[in-house]
Amino acid sequence: MMALAHGITWRGGNVKGGARMAALSAASRLLEELGAEWVSLLGVGAEAVVVRCRWRGFDAVAKYRVPKPYRDERLDSVLRRRRTVLEAKLLIEAKKLGVPAPTLLYVEPELHVLLMDFIPGVRLREVITRLDRPEEIFRELGFYTGLMHERGIVHGDLTTSNVMMVGGKAYIIDFGLGAFSNELEEQGVDVHLMLRSLESTHPSLVPSLYAAFMEGYEEARGEEAKRAVEDKVVEIRRRGRYVAERRLRAKRGAST
Amino acid sequence: MREAEPVVLGIESTAHTFGVGIATTRRILANVNSIYEPKVGGIHPREAAEHHSRVAGETLARALRVAGLNIQDVDAIAVALGPGMGPCLRVGATLARYLAVKYSKPLVPVNHAVAHVEIAKLTTGFRDPLVVYIAGGNTIITTLVEGRYRVFGETLDMPLGNCIDTFAREVGLGYPGTPRVEEKARKAESYIELPYVVKGQDLQFSGLLTKALRLVKEGAKLEDVCYSLIETAYSMLVEVAERALVHTGKREVTLTGGVARSKLLCRKLEAMAKLHDAVFKPVDPEYAGDNGAMIAYTGALAYASGVTISVEESAIRPMWRLDQVEIPWSPHRSS
Repeated sequence: MMALAHGITWRGGNVKGGARMAALSAASRLLEELGAEWVSLLGVGAEAVVVRCRWRGFDAVAKYRVPKPYRDERLDSVLRRRRTVLEAKLLIEAKKLGVPAPTLLYVEPELHVLLMDFIPGVRLREVITRLDRPEEIFRELGFYTGLMHERGIVHGDLTTSNVMMVGGKAYIIDFGLGAFSNELEEQGVDVHLMLRSLESTHPSLVPSLYAAFMEGYEEARGEEAKRAVEDKVVEIRRRGRYVAERRLRAKRGAST
Repeated sequence: MREAEPVVLGIESTAHTFGVGIATTRRILANVNSIYEPKVGGIHPREAAEHHSRVAGETLARALRVAGLNIQDVDAIAVALGPGMGPCLRVGATLARYLAVKYSKPLVPVNHAVAHVEIAKLTTGFRDPLVVYIAGGNTIITTLVEGRYRVFGETLDMPLGNCIDTFAREVGLGYPGTPRVEEKARKAESYIELPYVVKGQDLQFSGLLTKALRLVKEGAKLEDVCYSLIETAYSMLVEVAERALVHTGKREVTLTGGVARSKLLCRKLEAMAKLHDAVFKPVDPEYAGDNGAMIAYTGALAYASGVTISVEESAIRPMWRLDQVEIPWSPHRSS
């Protein structure tokens, strides 16, 4: 398995299956229609086909939301159109705040496609253990997350897979599940998702990196907002049925 | 004839099912279950517990008879200590402690959610699948990472099974809700847009339930609401499973838990898996719902890895999370 840019994993070269081929050829036709030149396939992700292309002189990324054979066509079309438009708006707003994120170049809602500039890097998830000062990166991510929250943007899928490292700089990508919201709940979900993506792939790094993330977050939003979000994260983790509090785990010494 | 490997008796009593299973680390020798069915409304924990107490002795005796064993032949007693409803859990735990003390057998603690995952692996033959675990009380997408089942997605409010069961009950379709709602859905004519709430890899169903119930109250065609509810809920779930599959790069997908009997959900997951060149297979329907066999089988895996617990420490754990459990028997310790 190889990791590719833009947070999407593609099992190297092994493009099989009719549905997969159909998605790729649809993306290819689409690029032609937009006057873009296919450079390379960056990934066939959970939601979209992502292609690096040349478009009006830009080194660009085209994101095409593919139809899903497992859901009702009407629901499918509504979701793809709505998410394409929303993602475009979020990219613009994040950029206005100075958040390191891709720059939107073009959007075509009816075709379920948007174009943005290419960020040449590797996913944070893949290089976490090789970073010189991972705390610094997480502090920075916490800061920009706090900044977005302060200005009413939630990312919606804030994980280590959706951060690209270019040199020593972290870019937040894939606003595909983001929203305009000032809700503490959704802010808590962002932080919870980042925490859990760390827990699920790099459990041993959680304490130091989460602390660094929240430090940066506090820098952007102040202590009160930070504390509110932290409490929310605890609540979110406790809320779903059968969710034990973490202190139970500590007390019992990790179960069996 | 005794097998070389340990034979473990397992007791399930986390919610509506009281079950006793007998298993080795390779196969199931007995699976006897008795399900409490509420006359009205949802599961009342105390009434379910009364049911469990009533059927415990007979269920135990039948399981031993099916396996052709005496209780003395069993090497260990496994019990689901959680997660689940306190009064129900206590029935199973009490019986397990009694058997362990009376017959001097080691006691093995089993996490109910882990057991659903392990029985799915046994019956599908999958070694390292992405697991979608859907039941009345749980909605979890999980896979093994670093010796534990890590949660890659779950419900932030109510479980999917609970959402559909509650809807079915409120509109008079009765229990169990899922098959009845699915049947109505087949006669639908149109699709109505409902709240579709996916947050990263997590799900929320309460808004969907509220809106669906309101539509019925306002006179929308029940068939259409059933279709739209099922279509929306399953699509949300499959989308999250798809994200987890892409995130983890696993090649196998399985569905376990009570809702695993849903052919519609199976078809959707299969279509999703195919998109990513993964293979889909659901748990054997006999072991989809809560059952004693899965506790016995998981107990056998745990016991073979040296996991036991003293009677004094064997308190029930109603909130015991899947990802709190070490899986020492896991062959894959990938990171």
